[in-house]
Amino acid sequence: MNHLDVLESESIYIFREAFSRIDKLAMLWSLGKDSNVMLWLARKAFFGHLPFPAMHIDTGNKFPEMYAFRDRYVTEWGLNFLSGTCPPVAEMDETLPPAARSAARKTAGLKTLLETHGFEGIFAGIRRDEEGTRAKERYFSPRGARGTWEIKDQPPEFWGQFNTTFPPGTHLRIHPLLHWTEIDIWRYTLRENIPTIPLYFARDGKRYRSLGDADITFPIDSTAGTIPEIIAELQTTRISERSGRAMDHEAEDAFERLRTAGYM
Amino acid sequence: MSVAEESLKVAIVGHVDHGKSTLVGRLFHDTGSLPEGKFEAIQAMCKRRGMPFEWAFLMDALQAERDQGVTIDTSQIWFRTAKRGYVIIDAPGHKEFLKNMVTGAAASDAALLLIDAEEGIKEQSRRHGYLLHLLGVRQVTVAVNKMDLVAYDRDRFATIERDYRVYLRELGVTPTHFIPISAREGDNIARPSEAMAWYQGPTVLQALDDFQVITQPDGLPLRFPVQDVYRFDERRIIAGRIETGILQVGDQLLFSPANRMGKVKSIEAWSVAAPPIQACAGESIGITLEEQIFVERGDVASHEVNPPIESDVFLARLFWLGDRDLTMGSRYTMKLNTAEVGVVVQSVDRVIDTGDLSTKGEVKVARNQVAEITLRADTMQALDAFTSSPPTGRFVLVDNYNIAGGGIISMEGYADQRNLVARQSSNIQRVEHDVTAENRESRNGHRGGVLWFTGLSGAGKSTVAVAVERRLFNLGYQTYVLDGDNVRHGLNGDLGFSPEDRAENIRRVGEVAALISRAGMLCITAFISPYRSDRDRARLAGGDGFAEIFIKADLATCERRDPKGLYKKARAGDIPDFTGISAPYEAPGAPDLVIDTATLTVEEAVERVVEYVQSRFAIYAKPVSE
Repeated sequence: MNHLDVLESESIYIFREAFSRIDKLAMLWSLGKDSNVMLWLARKAFFGHLPFPAMHIDTGNKFPEMYAFRDRYVTEWGLNFLSGTCPPVAEMDETLPPAARSAARKTAGLKTLLETHGFEGIFAGIRRDEEGTRAKERYFSPRGARGTWEIKDQPPEFWGQFNTTFPPGTHLRIHPLLHWTEIDIWRYTLRENIPTIPLYFARDGKRYRSLGDADITFPIDSTAGTIPEIIAELQTTRISERSGRAMDHEAEDAFERLRTAGYM
Repeated sequence: MSVAEESLKVAIVGHVDHGKSTLVGRLFHDTGSLPEGKFEAIQAMCKRRGMPFEWAFLMDALQAERDQGVTIDTSQIWFRTAKRGYVIIDAPGHKEFLKNMVTGAAASDAALLLIDAEEGIKEQSRRHGYLLHLLGVRQVTVAVNKMDLVAYDRDRFATIERDYRVYLRELGVTPTHFIPISAREGDNIARPSEAMAWYQGPTVLQALDDFQVITQPDGLPLRFPVQDVYRFDERRIIAGRIETGILQVGDQLLFSPANRMGKVKSIEAWSVAAPPIQACAGESIGITLEEQIFVERGDVASHEVNPPIESDVFLARLFWLGDRDLTMGSRYTMKLNTAEVGVVVQSVDRVIDTGDLSTKGEVKVARNQVAEITLRADTMQALDAFTSSPPTGRFVLVDNYNIAGGGIISMEGYADQRNLVARQSSNIQRVEHDVTAENRESRNGHRGGVLWFTGLSGAGKSTVAVAVERRLFNLGYQTYVLDGDNVRHGLNGDLGFSPEDRAENIRRVGEVAALISRAGMLCITAFISPYRSDRDRARLAGGDGFAEIFIKADLATCERRDPKGLYKKARAGDIPDFTGISAPYEAPGAPDLVIDTATLTVEEAVERVVEYVQSRFAIYAKPVSE
């Protein structure tokens, strides 16, 4: 088994473990590169099937390319697709910095969708190498009744055994990509020929390294127009992946606050 | 920050404030691995708090961690040397957060253990060393940090090295290197220290490159625990991950503990060029079988040769993370491979002080303690001893929704019960007897039955059994005593004294006693029969007429009596696995009768048994012929 095989096998195991232990499951499908790898891995785990809905939390501020991608693959892959809407920014926590406040809409949209359908577990494609608080995550991460993350008291997780039972009112975030890195995602996307939104590829010296809402996401300087070029770029860069995501950088604890309140 | 291919996972462990997070920060800085702007961001964080530059802020991402200056949860960060990529796992050193240390360290291939040169070896220095061993992390390099605070004193380093090497040796761990460092000053991290010219060994960076990539040990037998069974379309796919060994299309698989056989028809996969014909350890796969046999989550598939052990009882060395103490009699859910089963703590055998490795005979295991316990599962399980197959020889216990402890399995003194349960042939029909049980009962005046005596050696089983036999005979009962002397020579002459042979010995006695009882007689058996599972099987064979009679006397009393001098020999080490001394005696949970020979005379004991027999087995009153 090579490195990608090991990562793939671990993710498949997590998908199957969640599917066996948790009744009502759904997957967050943000349409980004990680999300698409996650969806692919789920189909590997379940032999071509996706035995739960794929949910997209639509802020209304996504790039047109993202909506086009969504519409095409919902049909092509025959997904059980759910779309969630988000409340206006005026209803969000006023003490958050502007971009974080905008991003908080997604959390609110997610909560509504969870309550409507009564999901007990949702798959989210976060990775440890993205950001400091994500580096401290568990594969099976419990969230309180209101979606809150008890970051200072997480359950232990070792020897491939996960916490799969929880008190009533709790739901689970399941993170099948936690151990992947950005470059792993691209190598796997290349190997498996997984469809990708073209915004990741450089045009006029710029490309998006991470995709979010159009108003708070910015492209980086890059000439990488293909996946092998992106991989080559990542091997030498010292710029962090989420540097173009405004909400990460407004305040020291802005992202932690978003996440403990229920953001992915 | 990016990783090209394989990464080695290295945990940084040790006592709180011995500089683990600082070391990681320094390592990243000195190897040019910090993301752009990170150094400046840490500077700004420290400035806001009015404190000097703090490397630990690189990994201490939580606001609470930075405010309190302590690592709460484990974290991971990626970097690479010229040789290969690394995942650095920072583990908290505070006692409060041991569960987070375990979470981090269990995922690693190797560990770097830090000891503060000034403070010396502390509680968590030893506990972390012990836990690494228990978690299965076999490669350890020790770094003695803060050498700058002891003026780079060579003797100070030598003292700590000597003492900690002694501790590790007792665990059976040989550290790959011992390095004097100063994480804050950068001594022996990425560059050799000028201040410690007396040290000739590798830097931390070189020591990392010296660690070996862990590969699955070759040649382990196949273990494929069933995770789930899918039927999304016309295929019935058995899904799971191969933990050890190799599985091939066409293999005959044995599913334990159900003991069903099936032949691999295909290995299924989606979006691959060609369907695989074999799969190896670590692969998450799905298979179909030629036969439609019942298979469920928790079963373990193996080949017919070298199957897993089957047992409902085993010993475990366990670390406990639960808020509530683990005590004798506590019930938990055990997760073992993909099986989930109720277990009860049959006994707490020893609690181990990780400070000096001494053991205490305590009855409870508190949070963060390590102990040896005996666990009994509600049903038969397929398992392995940790030493023979680590991935399938360990388990976790769940208490109150959370994983609260982990343990590794030992079968020392306990038998593999596979052959004892698997032996029943299904195609044999019992011959209908013309003489019925009622015919026999009315002639004898009593029902047939088994009086199963159990107890320690010297408790008085044989003495009481022989006297009861005489009394019952005189009362007109058809009765016969089975003991070691009359079965070991003939019927069981082929059996030795291994745990499996001892279990087989008791199994045969149980079957013979059942036959004698069906012949209408009262069969009295006098065997230590120390294991509950063995006695339960005898009960199953004996049916309604079975009575478990606990001939009870405490160990001290039995040892004082020592009629055959066996205890003396056992204490001298001349008899291995002697019940009560070097092997367990599992007292009956709910015996039909208890005879306490420490307080009763032989005559009184006999009278109690006879009263019991009269009330349970007599059809009509017998004349007393004495």
